[in-house]
Amino acid sequence: MNARPLPLLTAAATIALFVTLAVGLASQSAPPPPLTLFSKDGRRSLAVTLVGGQEFVALDDLASAFQLAVRDEAGAITVSYKGKTIILTPEQALASVSGRLVSLPAAPARGAGRRWLVPEEFVSRALALIYDVKLDLRKPSRLLIVGDLRVPHITVRYDPLGASGRLTVDATPRSLGTVTQDGDHLTIKFDADALDASSPLLTLPAPQNLITGVRVVDQTTIAVDLGPRFGSFRSASQPVDATMRIVIDVVPAQTDTAAPGPGTAPGTTPPPPSQPSQPATDVPPALSQPAFAVRTVALDPGHGGDDDGVHGASGVKEKDLTLSVARRAKATIEARLGIRVLMTREDDRKVPIDERAAMANNNKADLLISLHASSSLRASTTGATIFCAEFDKTTAQAAIAGGVERVPAFGGGSRDIELVLWDFAQTRHLDQSTTFAGVVEQQLHEHIPLAARAVDHAPLRVLESANMPAVLIEMGYLTNPGQEKLLAGDAFQNTLVQALYDAIVKYRDAVAAGGGR
Amino acid sequence: MSPRALAIAIVTVATAVLAYVLFIGLPRMTTKANVKRTAAIPPVSVPAPPGRKIKAHLFYVGDDGTRLTSIERDVTYGDSAVEQAREIIAAQIAPAASPLVSAIPAGTTLRAVFITEQGEAYVDLSRELSSAHPGGTVEELLTVYTLVHALTENLPAVKAVQVLVDGKEVETLAGHVDLRRPLPKNPAWVQ
Repeated sequence: MNARPLPLLTAAATIALFVTLAVGLASQSAPPPPLTLFSKDGRRSLAVTLVGGQEFVALDDLASAFQLAVRDEAGAITVSYKGKTIILTPEQALASVSGRLVSLPAAPARGAGRRWLVPEEFVSRALALIYDVKLDLRKPSRLLIVGDLRVPHITVRYDPLGASGRLTVDATPRSLGTVTQDGDHLTIKFDADALDASSPLLTLPAPQNLITGVRVVDQTTIAVDLGPRFGSFRSASQPVDATMRIVIDVVPAQTDTAAPGPGTAPGTTPPPPSQPSQPATDVPPALSQPAFAVRTVALDPGHGGDDDGVHGASGVKEKDLTLSVARRAKATIEARLGIRVLMTREDDRKVPIDERAAMANNNKADLLISLHASSSLRASTTGATIFCAEFDKTTAQAAIAGGVERVPAFGGGSRDIELVLWDFAQTRHLDQSTTFAGVVEQQLHEHIPLAARAVDHAPLRVLESANMPAVLIEMGYLTNPGQEKLLAGDAFQNTLVQALYDAIVKYRDAVAAGGGR
Repeated sequence: MSPRALAIAIVTVATAVLAYVLFIGLPRMTTKANVKRTAAIPPVSVPAPPGRKIKAHLFYVGDDGTRLTSIERDVTYGDSAVEQAREIIAAQIAPAASPLVSAIPAGTTLRAVFITEQGEAYVDLSRELSSAHPGGTVEELLTVYTLVHALTENLPAVKAVQVLVDGKEVETLAGHVDLRRPLPKNPAWVQ
């Protein structure tokens, strides 16, 4: 009687153990992709470990890659390089870099084998300050570039223009690209050490069939695959801020009756499409649009997913309100203005702030409008406010400087220039953002309640990285019972959307007339 | 004098000199040094009198709900800039007596304050600063600038303030204001 339960219990316990292990292993998220360390000596991989949602690299891996000396004693980790030191303290998200305090997103952590792990940002915020060559950490690309290598980040966008199409290729920082036709594809060869790009750069659905996609060919070359309807192309390069922009207009074969102009010879770069030297009669009118016309508007409905934003007393949630207004605005603008409208979220889901600005940047939006609703500890507070970004003097000077390699950063010291430019891209567009905010205020003025200071400036995260004129509209206060009821109603939302539409039209006309940019 | 008597005399004198040096000379020298050292550091070593206060400006939500208003209050004296910063922040985040309205969420506690040589203060507060925040751009701006102005207005050594939550750098408190770098004071947010 007593002999049977024991093996049964043992078997059950063994199965439970295996099930637990299997579930545990299955529930572990995939390890983050490694960083690629790129230097004159070649490439090597730097393993990344995820701890508490934060990406870490092993300090001894960094020591090996950068010839650092690491000492762990007396409750502090000392990292030395050529007489300069960084002191890290366990459980503190701060580093002392040659006596200056620098903040890190997380404290050092212990990894497997009790190795010390440090956040990836340790490289750009601390190590870069004591290292003798430039360290350029590009987290979105998983790249760590060591030294003055030319590794432009490549982005590609395709816009259908009637029967024709326009491919826009941006290389940042500026890098010259030469376009040639090789049979069934166009080759773009960049004057660079490598490209910050992953294949495919672009895949297009079948209906257009002028081009089918863009892919990386080798370390410095990308290829544009041509579709069956492709007839001819013309390309032009022009610098735009820190970017070299290559615009390739592709024309279908059936309309390509005239011989290409002087600028269409393979490998040549004619004047930009906005200044054609010999306008071809077969080129569709859209190709001669001003380069800075408002063609794409990004709408950013604030919050979403488990981030409700502000709650009204009657239950209205900011995330629902912003999505409702954005959907109405998208439908109205696309239907009546015929321009492209993209939304940073189409449904109730959480989108990180960086992704919102990145979505607008990567799609080359010409305007970003972020929609929000406010709260106040004073229930009587009412009115809409249009916000533009604001940068303190030091940050603005650093961002505008552009050419310098290192700039002041939070926590003292300096910071990698590429990161700073991305974070503070809005500095170049502040005047246009303020102009657009003024136009929006004019359109809202007689239709919805405005705050006493209807246009304001503040260091708002979603606007700072936007590489185009950008505003954040607080539509009203959900903490005010009257406003909550008003904002949730169709009449208010339709009025607001009409005012936004009018503002975009007026701003577009001002841009076309040369007054907006 | 016999050689023996001479040796005894020399030993006696040497012993006397040694005894003087050991028991009288050295203690006198040591006492003088201590007196000098003690006299040099009384401001540091002597604790502040109990109940000593300074006048400080603290910041609360103004009547219109969109700007801060400044109120002068007595705050406990701190022996150093960091200690004074700690006392000011502790007073600022304490629950406000009606009719004052604080932009700091209830339950927020102070973890630590650091000040760099460049005048950047790092204020590390508990997670309630973010988790209990009601949200909204304006409210978030008022919360952040309450902390920024509490230190920059009262401590000339502090030029900018970065807010940390639970010991870590955060992007924002509620999805709006960029907290990845120290923010200087901005009088536009104070009435």
